[in-house]
Amino acid sequence: MTSSTREIVHDQHAHPSTRFYWIIGALLMVLTVLEIFGYLGETRAVYTAGIAAVIILALSAAKFVAVVAYYMHLKPDHKLFTAIFVFPALLGTLVIVGMTMLFHVIPSTYTGHP
Amino acid sequence: MDHAHALGGHAADPAHIDTATGLDSRKLAFWTFIGSECLLFGSLIATYMAYKGKSLNGPYPHDEMINGHLVKGILNIPLTSFSTFILLMSSVAMVMALNGVQRGKRRDAILYLGATALFGSVFLGCQVYEFTHFYHEGLTLRSNLFGSTFFVLTGFHGAHVTVGVIYMITLLVLAVRGKLGPEKTLNVEIAGLYWHFVDVIWIVIFPLVYLIK
Repeated sequence: MTSSTREIVHDQHAHPSTRFYWIIGALLMVLTVLEIFGYLGETRAVYTAGIAAVIILALSAAKFVAVVAYYMHLKPDHKLFTAIFVFPALLGTLVIVGMTMLFHVIPSTYTGHP
Repeated sequence: MDHAHALGGHAADPAHIDTATGLDSRKLAFWTFIGSECLLFGSLIATYMAYKGKSLNGPYPHDEMINGHLVKGILNIPLTSFSTFILLMSSVAMVMALNGVQRGKRRDAILYLGATALFGSVFLGCQVYEFTHFYHEGLTLRSNLFGSTFFVLTGFHGAHVTVGVIYMITLLVLAVRGKLGPEKTLNVEIAGLYWHFVDVIWIVIFPLVYLIK
């Protein structure tokens, strides 16, 4: 067995405690509550839609990373799994951002006719 | 090589399988599948975002001022917030089920697999209620751009949750029959990857569709 395989074996034997999973779960709940507060703040004109979008997206990104890293075990797992997931995830994000920019941010590219 | 033999004394450890990467091919294949799913949902979300706010007629997702009149939005944020909490709870239950299987705690595995399937079913129930309500309010696949993109995106996600619930019930039956011991950890881990991925997709859909105007 190579040293890298030994490392994988060690990682897969290290099971986080149930308390750790509950803490991550509680964190996800808190972040979701904050997201909803972000929405309510915009609805009640406490801040602009742009600021609300930034707040909500940042909280959403934190939730995304927490689930992928700890519940899907990407953080302790082999880096090849991370690469296989992150590359298409980034590609998908790029398509979403690109389409949003084309249709909402760069007005000359939108004809007005769907 | 026989799989069980390949696992040898480290039954739950896929790293001992003699493959080019030293990793279990099933797990590698499943991560590749999840990668392809990222692209599928990326394209669906991109289409939703492109047409967001471009509907020429109602119903609209959020409150709109049309010709000086306030038209109420159709999205039910309290209901969707509730179903989001339920889906997050199901993810917690899923990871606890995996933990139970890894530690050989059959009772925990049964309890948490059942909870995952139950929470998933409640989420689906909320989605069915939402879709039915929207239909009665006049929002269909053909009514406007919002309807088309919303139903396709959330419908695809709902279909994935449905498959996940069936997957969980299958594992639950195996656990009840005593056929889901620590040697089957990888099977539950792969099911967990699927379930958490479905949750992760909702983590993206919820703010983009429901919270951000």
